[in-house]
Amino acid sequence: MRTGVMVAALAVSAVIGGAAIAAERQVTEQGITYTIVDEHAIPESLTGKPGDPEKGRKVFVNRKLGNCLACHQVSALADEPYHGNVGPSLDGVASRLSEGEMRLRIVDPKVVNPDTIMPAFFRSTGLHDVLEKFRGKTILTAEQVEDVIAFLKTLQ
Amino acid sequence: MSKTRWGVVFVAAIAVAGLATAVSATEHEQWPVPGYKSVQPQEGNPLPELISGYWFRTAEVRALQDDDFENPGFLWVERGEELWNTKDGEANKSCADCHGAAEESMKGVGASYPKWFEPLGKPVNLEQRINICRENNQKAKPWKWESEELLAMTTYIKYQSRGMPMNIDISGPMKEWWERGKKEYYQRRGQLDMSCANCHEGYYGHKIRADTLSQGQINGFPTYRLKWQKIGSLHRRFRGCNKQIRATPNPYGDDEYIALEVYLAWRGMGLPVETPAVRQ
Ligand code: HEC
Ligand code: HEC
Repeated sequence: MRTGVMVAALAVSAVIGGAAIAAERQVTEQGITYTIVDEHAIPESLTGKPGDPEKGRKVFVNRKLGNCLACHQVSALADEPYHGNVGPSLDGVASRLSEGEMRLRIVDPKVVNPDTIMPAFFRSTGLHDVLEKFRGKTILTAEQVEDVIAFLKTLQ
Repeated sequence: MSKTRWGVVFVAAIAVAGLATAVSATEHEQWPVPGYKSVQPQEGNPLPELISGYWFRTAEVRALQDDDFENPGFLWVERGEELWNTKDGEANKSCADCHGAAEESMKGVGASYPKWFEPLGKPVNLEQRINICRENNQKAKPWKWESEELLAMTTYIKYQSRGMPMNIDISGPMKEWWERGKKEYYQRRGQLDMSCANCHEGYYGHKIRADTLSQGQINGFPTYRLKWQKIGSLHRRFRGCNKQIRATPNPYGDDEYIALEVYLAWRGMGLPVETPAVRQ
């Protein structure tokens, strides 16, 4: 069941700065409006503040929150049992992706690859048959997303 | 399969695990398991080869399934056999009174379900077919889903097809149910927004936390799960797979689950029935 319309309240504007033309669109989720640039990155923090890497580590590992280890391996977390291999290793992810690129891949990775198995951690719309207690909610809060990004930035 | 052959597979698996030091230390078994068997899929099946969930489990779990004395699922086979011979209902008849020896009358039956049932104008699965005989022929109350009795009888009947290839008929009016099941299979759902195919078609052989994903084949059901500490129905498994991605599970025996069962039985056509299978 579609609980909302993804494209609602999106403003697509062309920002002309020098030679570069960036397509920006705004998305509102849980009362927070953020900007996706070129369907490629969310450069600005969702909360307007940087996250906390220590908290991010916990969110990343926690099976009821990020549970990122279900699919990804991280050498820095070798003390945690059971790293999955559905997704790529995240060792060195911060040297491959910019902060904004990482943010989009956590908030809504289907913008980058509609076929990905990876869930959108900050989108509550366009989902089907969601268990009642999770309906209208995102997997992570905006703060938790920022904390995870702060943790990922330590994976150089 | 003989014990000695299992010993060989077991040792081989350990050898491979020993080599795989590059992977995280938590990796306890590698896929593919040396010597795994697969079946050629029929035309139109999206899978390149059909592999039972058995081959995605550890050597210990496989050994438990293979040993008829150790396999805990046999408790339900035995209980089913007792029930088969027990008179019940207003008709005061046992299943055996009408069907004789299950070894003969039920051979191959479990492998062919779900099957079209004309009086209802829809397909029924084995649990439902058993309850139809309870109500219509024994004049007894239908057994509840996931009751010991229904699990035992389903296991007992399916066991009569052990080793036989799954063989479901999807012609005629069954086609519509197959289509419906296929749609269900590829439908993303839940807060995690995943379809059955995302995990079981796209990533079988990969690890999701401690579990190795299989193709989600149904040839071993009802299946003894170490996690459940008992045997469970296919629909219980469906509900678990729904809930883990935070999707609403359907009721047992629901039409959507029957459609999914029809589709999955087709996707696994040719795989040998393993009931009672053992899984982690
Ligand atoms: C998040 C990934 C995921 C999704 C999505 C998922 N499953 Fe599963 N499923 C698992 C895991 C993990 C297991 C246990 C290990 C295995 O056999 O794959 C499992 C097991 C199964 C089994 C038992 C296989 C056996 O050999 O005993 C069946 C059948 C199954 N799933 C069907 C489904 C169906 C049908 C759907 C869609 C409604 C589905 N699964 C969706 C992860 C998933
Ligand atoms: C009064 C006789 C009678 C009793 C008692 C009875 N059945 Fe049946 N059963 C039938 C008949 C008749 C059919 C339909 C046969 C056919 O379709 O060819 C049938 C069909 C079935 C089928 C489907 C077979 C197939 O080939 O698809 C199953 C399974 C079954 N019965 C199980 C049971 C079980 C289990 C019991 C005991 C709980 C039971 N029956 C008790 C008469 C009976």
